[in-house]
Amino acid sequence: MSETGPFRLPRGGRLIDRAYQLPFRFDGRQLRGLQGDTIASALLASGQLMMGRSFKYHRPRGPIASGAEEPNAILGLGQSGRFEPNQRATTTPLVGGMVTNSQNCWPSLNVDVGAVNNLLYRFLPAGFYYKTFIHPRPAWKHLFEPIIRRSAGLGKAPTEADPDTYEQAYDHADLVVVGGGVAGLSAALEAGREGKSVIVLEQTPVFGGRAAVDHADGQARIDALLADLRALPNVTMRRSTMATGLYDHGYLLAREAIADHDPNAGLPRQRLWRIRAGHVVVATGALERPLSFAGNDVPGVMLASAVRDFIVDYGVAPGRSILVVTNNDDAYRTALAALDAGLTVPAVIDARPSATGALPEAVRARGVRVLTGSAIAGVRGGHAVEDVKICSHAGSGDVQEIIPADCVAMSGGWSPVVHLWSHCGGKLNWHDDRAMFAPDLARPPTGHDGRAMATPVGAAAGDLLVGAADEQPLLPVWVMPVNATRKMKFKMWLDFQNDVKVSDVELAAQEGYHSVEHTKRYTTLGMATDQGKVSNINGLAILSKALNQPIPQTGTTTFRPPYTPLTLGTIAAEARGELFQPLRKTPMHNWAEARGAHWEPVGHWRRAYCYLQGAETPHDAVAREIRAVRASVGTLDASTLGKIIVKGPDAGKFLDMMYTGMMSTLPVGKCRYGLICNENGFLNDDGVAARLSEDTWLVHTTTGGADRMHAHMEDWLQCEWWDWKVYTANVTEQWAQVAVVGPKARVLLERLGGMDLSAEALPFMQWAEGEIAGIPARVFRISFSGELSFEVAVPANRGLELWEKLHEAGKDLNVTPYGTEAMHVMRAEKGFIMIGDETDGTVIPQDLGMSWAISKKKTDYIGKRAQERSFMASPDRWKLVGLESVDGRMLPDGVYAVAEGTNANGQRNVQGRVTSTYVSPTLNKPIAMGLVKHGPDRMGEVLEFPVAGAETYKARIVDPVFYDKEGSRANG
Amino acid sequence: MLTLTCPCCGISAEETELAPGGEAHLKRFGPGSSDDEFESYLFARKNPKGVHFERWRHAYGCGKWFLAARDTVTLEVFGTYKAQTPYPTPEIVAAIQAKRPDWKPDWHQPSVNTTTTPAESLTE
Repeated sequence: MSETGPFRLPRGGRLIDRAYQLPFRFDGRQLRGLQGDTIASALLASGQLMMGRSFKYHRPRGPIASGAEEPNAILGLGQSGRFEPNQRATTTPLVGGMVTNSQNCWPSLNVDVGAVNNLLYRFLPAGFYYKTFIHPRPAWKHLFEPIIRRSAGLGKAPTEADPDTYEQAYDHADLVVVGGGVAGLSAALEAGREGKSVIVLEQTPVFGGRAAVDHADGQARIDALLADLRALPNVTMRRSTMATGLYDHGYLLAREAIADHDPNAGLPRQRLWRIRAGHVVVATGALERPLSFAGNDVPGVMLASAVRDFIVDYGVAPGRSILVVTNNDDAYRTALAALDAGLTVPAVIDARPSATGALPEAVRARGVRVLTGSAIAGVRGGHAVEDVKICSHAGSGDVQEIIPADCVAMSGGWSPVVHLWSHCGGKLNWHDDRAMFAPDLARPPTGHDGRAMATPVGAAAGDLLVGAADEQPLLPVWVMPVNATRKMKFKMWLDFQNDVKVSDVELAAQEGYHSVEHTKRYTTLGMATDQGKVSNINGLAILSKALNQPIPQTGTTTFRPPYTPLTLGTIAAEARGELFQPLRKTPMHNWAEARGAHWEPVGHWRRAYCYLQGAETPHDAVAREIRAVRASVGTLDASTLGKIIVKGPDAGKFLDMMYTGMMSTLPVGKCRYGLICNENGFLNDDGVAARLSEDTWLVHTTTGGADRMHAHMEDWLQCEWWDWKVYTANVTEQWAQVAVVGPKARVLLERLGGMDLSAEALPFMQWAEGEIAGIPARVFRISFSGELSFEVAVPANRGLELWEKLHEAGKDLNVTPYGTEAMHVMRAEKGFIMIGDETDGTVIPQDLGMSWAISKKKTDYIGKRAQERSFMASPDRWKLVGLESVDGRMLPDGVYAVAEGTNANGQRNVQGRVTSTYVSPTLNKPIAMGLVKHGPDRMGEVLEFPVAGAETYKARIVDPVFYDKEGSRANG
Repeated sequence: MLTLTCPCCGISAEETELAPGGEAHLKRFGPGSSDDEFESYLFARKNPKGVHFERWRHAYGCGKWFLAARDTVTLEVFGTYKAQTPYPTPEIVAAIQAKRPDWKPDWHQPSVNTTTTPAESLTE
């Protein structure tokens, strides 16, 4: 025996390299494996058969499989940020220095307190969780919920950021072959020779599938195929690449492990391939099914194929005395592999009445007893198999013989891997003779041309006898023995990870769960991390039998991607941290950054919420900025405001449809505020439009609304009024815009010189073109603060220059940069609405007292018909008012005003809500706006706003304009 | 993740390049229409299992809206065509009927085309 463990065979192991030993840790123990091992094979070689515990009963668990379907050998891998729970030991290649830990056990794998659940199995039947919901009610809250919450969750979530990098890549091919076994490689070779571009994806690190293990000439066939494929430059081969899902129109996702678990490689850990395939060949092979006999979950009971994989691929003995139990010829290969490795095979238990094929005869010729018509009545052993009780398969379990063994290799037949075929709509047929669901070629997943976009080949197509046509048919066996007692069924596992047994599925059927999808959720069958790869077919056969209906009538649960779990890092790839989302920055961004900008995200933009000076809090900074603006002058970076050019002979007519107000009559040189609604009548956006020339308007939108409003206009222009001669362009980023605001705004701008900005030359709501400080500029005299205000637009690349000149020239005026919050407070002091505060997609302009902005003359505009609906015209709609706190406390945002009585649900009736609320530094008191039923008719009334955990707030209904009601300040 | 060919720029675009716009060929009802007409225009949408006409915008490409005729079950695309047409074009109807002989148009097209622009179609 090798020094990598007592169960390492002296010879063999086609995938391992005995020259390279790899140290690793399992549950704190230092162990050694070999280059080429999986974690599972290295643990088995070390004599560590038990690798975890089951989820519900905490039963001891060893591996039952050797591949992606493994439900038991699920480990926590790595440490700190690289820790990953629920990793399959059977598919994770061993890397030197790896730290691995078992899950679902405490204090240790061998001594586990949760195993007490195992003794309570009669009280934890199918649907246990659901039953706890029902009665007695207090038991749920005080007894069941705390226990279930503590035991819920498989494995521990990592708590630190993942330090590894991941990437994504795109590819295209005429043909993508999924599965690198004989069937897949043959299909790839054929297509490659036809000159097609071909990609072959193989989930394991080695091409060849089962051929090398199962067939004498397998390795030679694979080698020949690989040599031929290597000569074709149009064929790309990718190993360690798992196709996770097939989606619409040949879109295939695949995960390539590049430097998995090897952080020192200096490479991305994994790469997600996003492949558009002209056609997909599904060559994903088949998975072996367990047999349902009592004690089939004892560690050491494994799939027959896994037993021979461990022997042939890794030179590991899963046991020294291997009992084979089967319903088909294929499992005899395991007996032969065990004998070839020098291990003992005490007997082959075959449920079939006779077994006279070439494989059984070969086993008999080696002197092994073949017991036909036989079954297993029970397996003795706690942490490992000790001996096996044999009975007649036709009976009810009367023990005829007890055979000592430390490993049971079981085979219940094979199920084609139909996941990819099914992901995008491919249908299946049940084949009674072969006891399998296989792809129905007449009902394939279809592509954009309506033709099949996938073709199954080899075992995935149900063709299990490739190269072994002399095998005799299997005998479908769903329960062993046929007339097993109820007590035996309590020990027959279907889902090994979630502890779902034959008895649970039968109970679900008895309790009325007839749909396979409902039974799955009620019993948790197939909800383990293997997603039913091991358990589903057996489970639905049991369900069909319990319901006394044929298997196709029961059907399968839905196959959904991914085929095996994907780590979130691979899905996110580079889109994390600074690269999560592109940021939009104005030309003045860096200036603001250097002067204490406290940023807030607005769409993809970053806008300064306020500019912090010294140890100021944001609240203090906002108050200082507002006082400075109202007292002298401030500047706001308004570059993010949407700017859309609307031009053409029909531009005026078009804008009259877009806006509720009249834009076609706006004289050149003037500005007009307008509202844009959607066809539902609800207010969507607002802003000031300026008429630049006879056929050109410049439309300002909100910061967040620029792209949306441009798309809205294009939709109507392209799809409804396509004969109107109008052209739109979103020029938001072409211009930097600075709002110069405050009583000294004109003084400051005049110092820069270049344009006559006097009240006579540029009255309120007009715009002019010229130069400011030598920079070409458009100046709009509009105001969102109530102060004298000029919005100066200059080419984006001169924005910073203008901004710096303003601040240089206005030092003695205390020119103050102000942020979005100061802007918000000042507009609220003036009673101006804000899209997104006063509107929420259910508010129409009429609710906001803005009927003045709706043209009475126009026969139509977007939203007009909707606003004529009876509910929109109702006088009971909540309308905009100001709210003045009665006790000096600021109202919380969004709180509701209560009314008399309760509604049908027993909740207090409401009659309004707060939409904006601030403390006004100008007025030195809290101010708020809100929507209130009949609000404008109820001036002076006091409303109550109850808030949990605080004294009820009270506020008086007042005019929403709190400051400068006559509006004289805007005139400077 | 569908692929649709934009009839404006000719590119076979992946769904990430496109923005969906719901059912195609809606007739707008404005002021003066009855409540029933307006309700059907604004809210009533077909949800067929099979042939469907949809609006798509090549949002991250040429920016143009176009229409697609496809099967909501098999995901087969019968064709894409310009948005500037009040009804599916004869070419699109023919393409659908070639694959779905039993399918019949459920609209009544006026015999004289009263729209301002003659419908021009580009099919796959």
